[in-house]
Amino acid sequence: MMFAVAAIALLVSLALVLVRAILGPTVFDRVQAANTVGTLAMMLLAVIGFLTGRPEFLDIAITYGLLNVVGTIAVLKFFERGNLGDSGEERQP
Amino acid sequence: MTTAIEIVSWLCLIAGGAFSIIGAFGLIRMPDFFTRMHAASVTDTLGAGLLIVGLILQAGFTLIAVKLLFLALLTFFASPTATHALAKAALGRGLQPLLAPGDEPSKR
Repeated sequence: MMFAVAAIALLVSLALVLVRAILGPTVFDRVQAANTVGTLAMMLLAVIGFLTGRPEFLDIAITYGLLNVVGTIAVLKFFERGNLGDSGEERQP
Repeated sequence: MTTAIEIVSWLCLIAGGAFSIIGAFGLIRMPDFFTRMHAASVTDTLGAGLLIVGLILQAGFTLIAVKLLFLALLTFFASPTATHALAKAALGRGLQPLLAPGDEPSKR
């Protein structure tokens, strides 16, 4: 029962965050919304694991959290520098 | 004793869900990117933290509790890192914080 309440609360917040991801005037709003969606999805996976009595879902939640961090940092680096570390120009010998 | 743990866990889960909704609502209602970032951190810290504490109380002393602890540690370190990178990237691209009328941005 209480897991269902938590899952419904997480789903409502996911819907609200998705609205910001669609509206977001700048790209950073969308990245922030995507990061928050990642955190909420991580918690939703954990809660659903308890809700269905299969806590093995926690492994998926941990993997999802790690991927979320790497994805956010990579996208931010791209939008900050315009590339992913390589300048894209030929190096002079 | 078991009933007391159940009640505390229930309260933690409810509070965590409530804080998640509050953070998501702030993400919609706040007027500016940097204030929106502030609202989203409520979801990352109190929402996720209280939910994980509630789930740990349900799990007891098992491997599941250890995995939940790792999840909490991951959120604890990764979320501020992502927020810092986000603010740095936004400032680097020239996004200015919304200030009160007549307020000067501080010189760096």
